[in-house]
Amino acid sequence: MDSITLIAMASIVMAGLTICIGCIGPALGEGRAVATALTALAQQPDAAATITRTLFVGLAMIESTAIYCFVVSMILLFANPFWNHAIGAVAGK
Amino acid sequence: MLSPDNLVYWHYGWLKLNATIVNTWILMALLAGGAYVLGRLRHSPRWRGVPELIVTAISGQIAEVGLREPRRYLGFLGSLFLLIALSNLGAIVPGYDPPTGSLSTTVALALCVLVAVPLFGIADAGLFGYLKTYAEPSAIMLPFNVVGELSRTLALAVRLFGNMMSGAMIVGILLTITPFIFPIVMTALGLLTGMVQAYIFTILAAVYIVAATTESESTT
Repeated sequence: MDSITLIAMASIVMAGLTICIGCIGPALGEGRAVATALTALAQQPDAAATITRTLFVGLAMIESTAIYCFVVSMILLFANPFWNHAIGAVAGK
Repeated sequence: MLSPDNLVYWHYGWLKLNATIVNTWILMALLAGGAYVLGRLRHSPRWRGVPELIVTAISGQIAEVGLREPRRYLGFLGSLFLLIALSNLGAIVPGYDPPTGSLSTTVALALCVLVAVPLFGIADAGLFGYLKTYAEPSAIMLPFNVVGELSRTLALAVRLFGNMMSGAMIVGILLTITPFIFPIVMTALGLLTGMVQAYIFTILAAVYIVAATTESESTT
């Protein structure tokens, strides 16, 4: 196996692993956040506007960790710097 | 990749005019024209509610974060919010790519926040008063505060870019699998995400300004 095949294989496998593991944490976190917000809504329906707004902001903040993993896996798949370097090295020969 | 950077309308040598720049110019023209018209309508008794509604809504949200003089920061934070919200909501127009789906735009917006926060801090507490906030609670925290300043700028840029880019990409993937109904549902979800992201970007910029100025300390 030459280095280009190795780099391609490692990139694809790691992109899948990145999204896979990177989704577990935010999913658990969002589940906890929504569950707690529902409890708070059941106890204090009057504060629904504040709770909902804070919940949305919190969810987006939690979700951004998953988005970071998504961006990293997209970089690995479509804009891989190591891949470009290997291609350049082969072309330069 | 689905990015407005790749759609080049015109190029001359290294000078490229891609969809990001053109769409941003269209948004800027819309916002400036809208601001001019609303400014003229301010004195008409029939229409003065429209600009008042926008200004009071945004300054109310800024005041809830903890800034006691929202009028000072209304220009910066309000235009950030209106630009990002209009850019994300424009996705309902067919053939439009949100310029916030390009990393260049979001990095530029985050750099604006990175520059504006120290400026507001210096205007509020003076140069030494602002620099002292880096050495709080003790001088050991100095490098962490400086690194935190940079990393939160990166997070601000990547958060907005990732959310808008992933929305476009999910719709693109769904178009190849189930091209009938589901892309519409995901586009509607993308509109909600875009609005929430515009709100979060503005609120986070406001929170950073609160941390840089001494306004929050004097209230406690």
